[in-house]
Amino acid sequence: MTLSWFLVQCLNSLQYGLLLFLVASGLTLIFGIMGVINLAHGSFYMIGAYMAYALAPLVNATLGGGFFTTLMIGLVLAVALGYVLEWAFFSFLYEREHLQQVLMTYGLILVFEELRSILVGDDVHGVAPPPWLAGSVPLGDLMTYPVYNLFISAVCLLLALGMWFVLARTRLGMTIRAGSTNREMVQSLGIDIQFLYRVVFAAGVALAVLAGMVAAPASSVYPGMGNQVLIICFVVVVIGGIGSIRGALLAALLIGFVDTFGKVLFQQAAGVLVYVLMALILLWKPDGLFKAS
Amino acid sequence: MTLRTTLRQVALLGAASVALLCASATAQAPKLKVGLMLPYTGTFAALGVAIENGFRLYVGEQGGKLAGRELEFVKVDDESDPAKATDNVNKLIKRDNVDVIVGTVHSGVAMAMAKAAKDNGTLLIVPNAGADAVTGPMCANHIFRSSFSNWQPAYAMGEVAAKRGAKKAVTITWKYAAGDESVKGFREAFEKGGGQVVRELNLPFPNVEFQALLTEIASLKPDAVYTFFAGAGAVKFVKDYAAAGLKKTIPLYGAGFLTDGTLEAQGADADGLLTTLHYGDSLNTPRDNAFRLEYAKAYKLQPDVYAVQGYDAAQMLAIGLKAVNGDLGKKAEFAAAVEKAKIDSPRGAFTLGKNHNPVQDIYLRQVVGKENKVIGVASKQLADPGRGCRM
Repeated sequence: MTLSWFLVQCLNSLQYGLLLFLVASGLTLIFGIMGVINLAHGSFYMIGAYMAYALAPLVNATLGGGFFTTLMIGLVLAVALGYVLEWAFFSFLYEREHLQQVLMTYGLILVFEELRSILVGDDVHGVAPPPWLAGSVPLGDLMTYPVYNLFISAVCLLLALGMWFVLARTRLGMTIRAGSTNREMVQSLGIDIQFLYRVVFAAGVALAVLAGMVAAPASSVYPGMGNQVLIICFVVVVIGGIGSIRGALLAALLIGFVDTFGKVLFQQAAGVLVYVLMALILLWKPDGLFKAS
Repeated sequence: MTLRTTLRQVALLGAASVALLCASATAQAPKLKVGLMLPYTGTFAALGVAIENGFRLYVGEQGGKLAGRELEFVKVDDESDPAKATDNVNKLIKRDNVDVIVGTVHSGVAMAMAKAAKDNGTLLIVPNAGADAVTGPMCANHIFRSSFSNWQPAYAMGEVAAKRGAKKAVTITWKYAAGDESVKGFREAFEKGGGQVVRELNLPFPNVEFQALLTEIASLKPDAVYTFFAGAGAVKFVKDYAAAGLKKTIPLYGAGFLTDGTLEAQGADADGLLTTLHYGDSLNTPRDNAFRLEYAKAYKLQPDVYAVQGYDAAQMLAIGLKAVNGDLGKKAEFAAAVEKAKIDSPRGAFTLGKNHNPVQDIYLRQVVGKENKVIGVASKQLADPGRGCRM
């Protein structure tokens, strides 16, 4: 176990942690702040990844390509999808108990998976990163590191900063947080809470779709990919403390380190280490690391 | 899901009763009921369809009859879900009274099927699942396999790696039965050839975060890496291995599934990889060319290894049926005939070992363009040891 090995593993941990935050960020908004248990979050992530796969050739053909153009078009579609879903389904769920939310969002998973199967098929697909991010940088004499992975990390950091700023430092963020504590009170103060929540929900969906689109070149695109990230997303939000962006970021990084080093040092227990971590943290702090006040 | 299954069952029931009426009216030999228990939804759906296509292709070539008996298919979607496997297979055996079961892809499901077949004495032909135990401790004189055991391609690759001069190898796979069996087979041959497996790396199924383990490989600096991954995991592993710069310095060897049905997604990162399997592209034998042409004509699709395995499952059934004149009650005669037969497979002719697993050539294949080009035979007429099989 050399120093360079240790440093590279730290980089791996950091990178995985940031990727986790990226994937879980939308859930922080929808589950953490709006309080809706959204099992379909993984499906939105999958939709994003398939968008990256299916939209890129279309954009290439019509607009002459461009990685960011594709991302923008995907985001617009995602916001529209989120807006419609909130209007048609989720707006009826705020006052209901959690079991009904679980049932409906589970139903959505089945619908989205089946639609994916009909529209795109069941094959595994690769997505090429944009040429200017396709290279890799040498890392000591050990190995090379793909530039695209570093790009993902940068996107995560920007996103975390942006989310924290909007929620903690702007008037809009204040209204959103107030709404999560007391819907009726905010409404009675003359704020259109229904519209506000529709927008927040759409933003949550857009974040999940963005995560899928950004992660697609690194993770490839395959059936059921959303279900794999769903559980770990909930773990991130719960460890971090419901509704806290800071907590989610810290939790994601913590999981990144535990998972990476666990895989190498405690191979037999690699599958459970993250959940042991969650249990320990909840024993110590039942509300997670940072509970939003 | 349930509604569709119910509808399908109702439709099948209807078809079955009509068929029964017809049969009694013409007073012919009753139709042979073939239960196809395959994945028709989920990740392995395409594999299930390919197996059925292959099976039907052979039956079609025989004029729709095997040993003079017409066939009637009863289909069950096993969803590759081991939790539902026992229920599904019992439906076929007890409710539908099928004469023979063909299935399946997923090893966990296949194990439940083997158990039920053993308990009820039903004839079972496994057209894919490689779990060693199916032709090991679970073997029986009415259980056959037309595909491979996980041990086979792995053992062949162990021989190849040792012959190519590797001394130190690292293995990496998912921690589950197929991965464990594959690594065991590789280690057996590799260490027999004078090499040493210095570290067995694994991660929980179906986790695809390989970065930590790739760093571990880089620091261990082995002469070769052996891997067993399939599907999405195979795609990501091959891409990550190349992105980490390891492909240039440490040769990657894999069981054939690493590059089967995944080449389009893996792209250039898979170029040049060596894998072992009992089938490949451009075998270029008259038998295989004829098969590929017929298959492409019938289904407007190129066949793959799964189609071949389905095709051969039908061949094995036909050989046995012919020997007993269509009377499946004669199990011992059926088994004896299949054991003696040389099966004229598109992959190359093979026989069955004592444990009813194919004794077959395992090819060494290299990824060239978007093909798994056969570049030689890694291990000639390799027989699974059938450990734990007592018949």
